[in-house]
Amino acid sequence: MAFTLYALIQTAILLTNAIAVLHEERFLSKIGWGAEQSIGGFGDEPGIKAQLLNLIRSVRTVMRVPLIAVNAVCIVLLLLFG
Amino acid sequence: MEYPNQSGFRQQAGVRMRGTPGDPRDPSLLFDDTSAGGDKHDLSGVGKGPGVCPGQALISDPMSNLALAYGSSLASHGREMMDKNLDRFIPISKLKYYFAVDTVYVGKKLGLLVFPYMHDNWEVIYQQDTPVAPRFDINAPDLYIPVMGFITYILVAGLALGTQNRFSPEILGIQASSALVWLIIEVLAVLLSLYLVTVNTDLTTIDLVAFSGYKYVGMIVGVIAGLLFGRMGYHLSLLWCCVSTFVFTIRTLRLKILSEAAAEGRLVRGAKNQLRMYLTMAIAAAQPVFMYWLTFHLVR
Repeated sequence: MAFTLYALIQTAILLTNAIAVLHEERFLSKIGWGAEQSIGGFGDEPGIKAQLLNLIRSVRTVMRVPLIAVNAVCIVLLLLFG
Repeated sequence: MEYPNQSGFRQQAGVRMRGTPGDPRDPSLLFDDTSAGGDKHDLSGVGKGPGVCPGQALISDPMSNLALAYGSSLASHGREMMDKNLDRFIPISKLKYYFAVDTVYVGKKLGLLVFPYMHDNWEVIYQQDTPVAPRFDINAPDLYIPVMGFITYILVAGLALGTQNRFSPEILGIQASSALVWLIIEVLAVLLSLYLVTVNTDLTTIDLVAFSGYKYVGMIVGVIAGLLFGRMGYHLSLLWCCVSTFVFTIRTLRLKILSEAAAEGRLVRGAKNQLRMYLTMAIAAAQPVFMYWLTFHLVR
């Protein structure tokens, strides 16, 4: 399989977009992955599910604004160069 | 090393023992300092010969003197600014640790990668909380073997494709970027799984790159055996290298990921240790998969 670095960048952008799109109230709380439901594991080390939810929440918080810029650049480049 | 004493001073060995002018010589010189002694008058004639007429005019002119001083200060200022900025993005001082290897280490490590079954002590030696340089400790990870292995893998892939008349110069670039992408994916996957399992290790990202890069040695051995002995040779040697890389990875990562008690072999029950053991085995099992995936299309 001929992977290029460009394919890796595209994959990363798509995955980050997918994580950023998960809505807190409408979706995650409904399936029990809401942020406020996992607080309570202080002291003991958090399990995998808590770590995963933490990761999703922090990716959403951190990457929201840069993703806007990266997506805009990506759209412009795709329009120009196909 | 003994170079300034051995080279050219053999006939003066007896004279040396009596405390000759050879002793206060700078020990960092690799070659004989032939500019001292009888060559002085030659040097003044030959070395400065072409530079005497325009050189003297250049140096004596005050304006160009000023320009020379200004230019050298500008260059040194630019260099230190670049060093400072570069160090912020790429930790060069940390990278230097991983390249502090010597030939003995590389030889022993390559042998360990192909035959890890006789080695007993897999612990990394520490010196006041910092790991010792790879030169002094065979268990320490280094980046020299992975980088060289990667480059050799690209060249061997080009060679293998060339013997099947499938070579073109772009293929080298495609192979290189493909292998690099798989390496990045593997390191990111290992980082993600280490984060999810909340393992408190001192494994840095560069360590993981190093451990993931050790499989290139096995791949190169497999492909070369495939070139020399055909498909049977490729499969046999790849099988051997896969098993040894698996054992090597497990034994190295076990000490870093598992807790103290479990790493010594005592069976510690508990979900946490079991999960960490599964994680170690998964990381080690990914190595043969990648080794096969990245080489099977090279040997037909």
